[in-house]
Amino acid sequence: MQKSLVIIPSKCTGCLQCELACSYDNESMFNPAKSRIKIFDFHDKGRFVPYTCTQCDEAWCMKACPVDAISLDAATGAKVVSDELCVGCKVCTIACPFGTVNYNADTGKVIKCDLCGGDPECAKACPTEAIVYVDANWTGLDKMRAWAEKTDAGQQASA
Amino acid sequence: MAWAKKILRVNLTDGTCKNEPLNMDWADKYLGQRGLATKYFVEEVDPKVDPLSPKNKLIMTTGPLTGTCASTAGRYSVVTKGALTGAIACSNSGGFFGNEMKNAGYDMIIFEGKAKKPVYLFIDNDDVQLLDAGKIWGTSVWDTEDWIKEHHQDPMIRVASIGVSGEKGVKFACVVNDYHRAAGRSGVGTVMGSKNLKAVALRGTKGVQVKDYKSFMKAVDAGKAVLSGNAVTGEGLPAYGTQVLMNVINETGALPTRNHQTVQFEGAHAISAEAMAEPRKSDGKPNLVRNAACFACTIACGRISTIDRTHFTVAERPQYQVASGGLEYEAAWALGAATGVDDLDALTFANFICNEQGYDPISFGATVGAAMELYETGVIDKKATGGIELKFGNAKALTDLAEQCGKGEGFGAEIGLGSKLLCEKYGHPELSMSVKSQEFPAYDSRGIQGMGLAYATSNRGACHLRGYTVASEILGIPEKTDPLVADGKAGLVKAFQDATAAFDSAGICIFTSFAWSLEDVAPQIDAACEGGWSVDKLLEVGERVWNLERQFNNAAGFTAKDDNLPARLVKDAAKVGPAKGLTNQLDKMLPEYYELRGWTPDGVPTNETLNRLSL
Repeated sequence: MQKSLVIIPSKCTGCLQCELACSYDNESMFNPAKSRIKIFDFHDKGRFVPYTCTQCDEAWCMKACPVDAISLDAATGAKVVSDELCVGCKVCTIACPFGTVNYNADTGKVIKCDLCGGDPECAKACPTEAIVYVDANWTGLDKMRAWAEKTDAGQQASA
Repeated sequence: MAWAKKILRVNLTDGTCKNEPLNMDWADKYLGQRGLATKYFVEEVDPKVDPLSPKNKLIMTTGPLTGTCASTAGRYSVVTKGALTGAIACSNSGGFFGNEMKNAGYDMIIFEGKAKKPVYLFIDNDDVQLLDAGKIWGTSVWDTEDWIKEHHQDPMIRVASIGVSGEKGVKFACVVNDYHRAAGRSGVGTVMGSKNLKAVALRGTKGVQVKDYKSFMKAVDAGKAVLSGNAVTGEGLPAYGTQVLMNVINETGALPTRNHQTVQFEGAHAISAEAMAEPRKSDGKPNLVRNAACFACTIACGRISTIDRTHFTVAERPQYQVASGGLEYEAAWALGAATGVDDLDALTFANFICNEQGYDPISFGATVGAAMELYETGVIDKKATGGIELKFGNAKALTDLAEQCGKGEGFGAEIGLGSKLLCEKYGHPELSMSVKSQEFPAYDSRGIQGMGLAYATSNRGACHLRGYTVASEILGIPEKTDPLVADGKAGLVKAFQDATAAFDSAGICIFTSFAWSLEDVAPQIDAACEGGWSVDKLLEVGERVWNLERQFNNAAGFTAKDDNLPARLVKDAAKVGPAKGLTNQLDKMLPEYYELRGWTPDGVPTNETLNRLSL
């Protein structure tokens, strides 16, 4: 079963544990500046929103790459950057409509979410389940359940 | 590992910035943050120095865990000689500034001297510059943070700054980071202002490493599980914040009310966590928008609040009709119960102003309470207050003074003296509810006996964060003791003080100690740092730090006479509640405490104690 990362901003407290876990898995150190997932703090509104790559099926980053450094991981659906092939041209960072592919000046390569090979560290580290990894075909299931629960059972019975 | 092993020394007089290796012998004896910075401070600064002289220094410091994924590991502290107290000061803050400092590659920044004109320090990893603060001097913390991010075109910069109150010498000014997290007490922001240092702006991208990742992650995960499974850190604090205490402490008969004239406040519920969650009439929304976490914190006790748009404080001022840092328990108490004001929106507004202009809501609210008593007893009148009707319960008086204090103007400037100097000025020093010139926080020591001793002996003046025996006496953590009894409290206070100094020196939040003992902390530090960090070693560090701070204060001129409480608490019995008829029995606890500490009856550490602690 293919899975997707689902983000529920209303549950996010802005603690950055996801950024720490991501940077640890990818860079072997705690370094939010090198995280593939970012938390945005909309201070005046009291909202925290995690944001990362949604792994587009028709992935513009992959199509734009002139050296085929971005490839599909068929098992997870992730679009994965090969550090060996990437030449740091940054065309993918322009092609991505969402800004989730970024250049790492320390290595001269681009970085993006690769779903950690199918076991995303951000979702495991999130203390409030604001980031979950669920069936890609049913990412809306929890929202549907919540709305379903609000339907008026009595009204249905009398209809 | 874990330590960056590098400090930055900034001489503001000469305009120079130099790197130095961290003294690792000291790191092994003092761990980091509070302990290690205090060691640097006492080695370099004359204890008799005037806090506002260029010869005083100010240290911003992280702990070894700061910047790692250990829960709450984003703390930093500001260590200096406090402007409010004249004692050693160490004010701890969360938010995201500490981890950024560590990521830039520094364990601490030592500021010395005084800049000729206002400056701010800008750090982008190894690029360190002192820059002209002419355009932000005279502006608020909020405007300063916005201006710096815009000026450097980098929204990811983290800023710690002072507001106008710190520039104008308000004695209890803070250093505020991330808009509403503060190194709050003892006037550390006042010292920063005296150095013409407006702000420190950081960008760090180097990362933080630990000694043994595998063991570290195991210990960290175990620690997180303990926090999430605990009723206080896993349920109470995320849902209600520290404000969960308002009704509890009021029922205990330990909520100091109207300058400690009584111990229960009839308006407590109106300013409680429960009230913050109730929908208001005007727009159907509650005061509380949501909870929020500091860096790496899996508790998330922070409050994000809004003020009722129809309230008199903000109706004409859309800039305050936004979400920002809401009331914590200590602030709600000081702005509310201490002044007799039960208007939640007025308190939230005053709290916003404290954050915006960078001063301590505890000392501010408590000093307003003292001034209200001076006013109601006829010692001062409207001529002195500039026309303000300074009666207990007057919300408009509170919010007007909050704005005046933030700008160092009018009677607000006199409030900015703190209660000790204010009450002395008007001939009634006995009305200052303070120890070592620092105002009490939100627990009346007649109803919680141990806190009387904790306040009296706190090295930074009256403080709940130096030995929070409330945990034991009220909440039963780690075990329940009777809050109305003085027996056994000397040992309890010492144990809390030593453990707290160890927690503070690690770079984690003391709130973890509702769930964690040092048994939970030691494996995390040991996996992160060289040095074989056991519980015993941490306890020894804690006790060493406590004695080091004490030695500094003794050399600064403090004596056993300063380990004291105002007459109101030791002579006037509580009139209502469970503690009715009781005074604080400090005289019973203090001699036993000195003995347990290994100090002389005059409160001086004996040679034997100093040798035992390698001091």
